[in-house]
Amino acid sequence: MTAWSAMVRARRGDFVLDVALEGDARTVAVVGPNGSGKTTLLRALAGAVGVEAAKIVVGGLTLADSAAGLSLPMEQRGVGYVPQGYGLFPHLSVLENVAFGLAARQTAEAERAARARAMLDELGCAGLEARRPGSLSGGEQQRVALARALVVEPRLLLMDEPLAALDAAVRREVRASLAARLAARGRPTLIVTHDARDVRALDARVVVLDRGRVVQEGSLDELEAEPANAFVAEFVGVE
Amino acid sequence: MLLLLPLAALVLSTSPSEIAAGFTHPMFTPALTLSLGTTLVSLIPVVFLGTPLAWWLATAESRLARTVDVLVDLPIVVPPAVVGVALLMTFGRRGLFGGVLDAMGVGIPFTEVAVVLAQVVVASPFYVQAAANAFRKVDPDTLIVARTLGASPRMAFLRVAVPIALPGLIVGASLAWARALGEFGATLLFAGNLAGRTRTMPLAIFTALESDVGLAVVFSLVLAAMGAGLLVLLRVAPWRRAR
Repeated sequence: MTAWSAMVRARRGDFVLDVALEGDARTVAVVGPNGSGKTTLLRALAGAVGVEAAKIVVGGLTLADSAAGLSLPMEQRGVGYVPQGYGLFPHLSVLENVAFGLAARQTAEAERAARARAMLDELGCAGLEARRPGSLSGGEQQRVALARALVVEPRLLLMDEPLAALDAAVRREVRASLAARLAARGRPTLIVTHDARDVRALDARVVVLDRGRVVQEGSLDELEAEPANAFVAEFVGVE
Repeated sequence: MLLLLPLAALVLSTSPSEIAAGFTHPMFTPALTLSLGTTLVSLIPVVFLGTPLAWWLATAESRLARTVDVLVDLPIVVPPAVVGVALLMTFGRRGLFGGVLDAMGVGIPFTEVAVVLAQVVVASPFYVQAAANAFRKVDPDTLIVARTLGASPRMAFLRVAVPIALPGLIVGASLAWARALGEFGATLLFAGNLAGRTRTMPLAIFTALESDVGLAVVFSLVLAAMGAGLLVLLRVAPWRRAR
């Protein structure tokens, strides 16, 4: 039940996003130049932006089907979203941030705290529970945001440049733990990145966007062998 | 200088004995009680109707929202006297709703309700604009995340947007309250200057000025002190230090 497919057409002024993707539990890395529609794609999958047409099916559940007039609201999609900058709630403690989704699902209070704590432990964030997001380092914020998204066990996880804000040393460490975590999860993940090392560490299949269209798909090796355009060539490091 | 000099003159032109006399004057307590009561009542509709309006202004991208955004500021640029006449033309006996209200046996002008209405009209722009600005600073991603985590639009608004914007909402409510407290022109025209009924502190100053300048100075100092106290409170508020 990890197969997913997504057809999305959305318009933002002059910009048109028009993509059809499918996959399984293997992580998909979405890459492309700025303005190619990566963030819009993630938001459309989450249901946060209006679409002209969409058919999104994840694990047998239809999240949106414009032909049938169906579009589940964001809170019913079971899609985890970790935005660029993480979008942590600044007024809540780390524990309250992670427990937020459980509270929204009306999980009993004791269980909420226990599950949030367990998830924080798992991601190496034990001891941060009482802190406010503003007092955390970039790496800690990233892990808390991931814990918050994972604790509700989303069908589909969307991460927008989760490593971009981190400095090099922290990025290496977080990249390794993210790879281990996503592999253990065994559910589909889409991750926007600008770094081929992320793709390699996560053993991800790559989808290249340009001006709202998919211009190439495949493994890093396949992209390297036959880059579709100058951006792909630079991304995989082929001159 | 120009701002501080008149305030200094107020302080210098009075004495402890005059202040004591002012506090015990029969006009003082009713006016102060009325001012505090009506301004606090005015804040209720300003905050409860103004907050969703401000949220809509901050998040909607429609032309209607931009138009309303401009209209909300109208009471700031329209002279209070004009607001008073406009309210009379709306709720007065010969006003728009005069016939209907008369038939129901309800008279609004020259009552406490009129005082509150005048305050709501002149004060609400200050709250709505401050609240809309505070909401505009809320990272939209936090709301998307809240929704994907299972929050309804209402829950995302109440549990995420409002708490994050709260410092701005408090400043807006304080400004609106201060504006309502100082409201004079619209109140005088629409609610009159009836002792114990519609004579708020600013109207009490106006009344005292006709007979006893010293008394007017004491009343003025009380209002000035309330405004200054509010400013100090906003400066030392715990949420300011928490940021």
